[in-house]
Amino acid sequence: MRFDSPLAAVGNTPLVRLPRLSPAESVRVWAKLEDRNPTGSIKDRPALFMIEQAEKDGRLTPGCTILEPTSGNTGISLAMAARLKGYRIVCVMPENTSAERRELLAMWGAEIISSPAAGGSNTAVRVAKELAAEHPDWVMLYQYGNPDNAGAHYATTGPEILADLPSVTHFVAGLGTTGTLMGAGRYLREQRPGVKIIAAEPRYDDLVYGLRNLDEGFVPELYDAAVLTSRYSVSSTDAVARTRELLSEEGIFAGISTGAALHAALGTARKAVAAGEEADIVFVVADGGWKYLSTGVYTAASTEEAVALLHGQLWA
Amino acid sequence: MAIEVRIPTILRSYTDGEKAVAGSGGTLAELFADLDASHPGIRERLVDGGELRRFINVYLNDEDVRFLDGIATSLKDGDSVTILPAVAGGMR
Repeated sequence: MRFDSPLAAVGNTPLVRLPRLSPAESVRVWAKLEDRNPTGSIKDRPALFMIEQAEKDGRLTPGCTILEPTSGNTGISLAMAARLKGYRIVCVMPENTSAERRELLAMWGAEIISSPAAGGSNTAVRVAKELAAEHPDWVMLYQYGNPDNAGAHYATTGPEILADLPSVTHFVAGLGTTGTLMGAGRYLREQRPGVKIIAAEPRYDDLVYGLRNLDEGFVPELYDAAVLTSRYSVSSTDAVARTRELLSEEGIFAGISTGAALHAALGTARKAVAAGEEADIVFVVADGGWKYLSTGVYTAASTEEAVALLHGQLWA
Repeated sequence: MAIEVRIPTILRSYTDGEKAVAGSGGTLAELFADLDASHPGIRERLVDGGELRRFINVYLNDEDVRFLDGIATSLKDGDSVTILPAVAGGMR
């Protein structure tokens, strides 16, 4: 494979069968390795696509400032693309975000505005919306509501999966902005009407939810429940256990949200076996484990110990 | 018939600070009515006009009930119900 620039190398990631974690010959589990993107996560796809569509629309012009509420992968992807394309970028992130994340964003030249820890990402979204109102010349791509986020997966992730595995029966991914599930899900449903689209949503401990106001909850504008077949809430314990299992059984070093997606994928696989159905289940490895190494979950002696290390942290 | 219901921090004022309470009912709607009898006011925070409130997510054995039968979802003994506020993803 040869590309004319690093940005051109986004996507076309490997799809690998997991022989040891697949429960039966007739029920196969496949991992889409999105950590193989230029900045190491699936977010390179929507970040680049949102920027390029905004350029086409004339919303983003040379010298512009990009603004985005993000504490992680999207910011890193946008910052890399912004550097190569010559834009200034400002990321709004909760003040309790890890040092690695800040380093990675700073490394690619992003400016960071901290939002209060209380309320987490919901608050970062609100602060970013306020900043956008104060700076009408800044361009907020807004991953939670930008149709081009889902559009990236409709145009690339979905077609890649279908091309590599025409017999796909299930697609499982983490639920955050919902862009991956909405975009790839819509594409696969159009091509394979019976395909099941399954979301794995992170469930944190009380420390993270805190005293969140139920009247000010947050549902991404992109979210369309009609695309999904089911939606699972995956606890930190299950996500960590599966992340470690993926490493020990199949040698794949993935981030913790991937463990949540794998948990939903294996639950789905178990149901298919019980029903005597043939299945090809694809789940998304959203990123590698590098950014989460400092949590210690990969080397902890036991899953219990690893879960304790993660207590109170956002992991997806 | 006993069903374990996990309560989010924000609603524990209704359950004397308890993280989990037991309830009963053949459906989620019946369970919420039963909960409201022992913890008055809690149903109102979960249900509006016969539907789940927009920013409330309810999971039956980890599966979102909106993809089952919503508030009419059937329950059985030993089920676990988790109530959570809708939040934006963590590290997006």
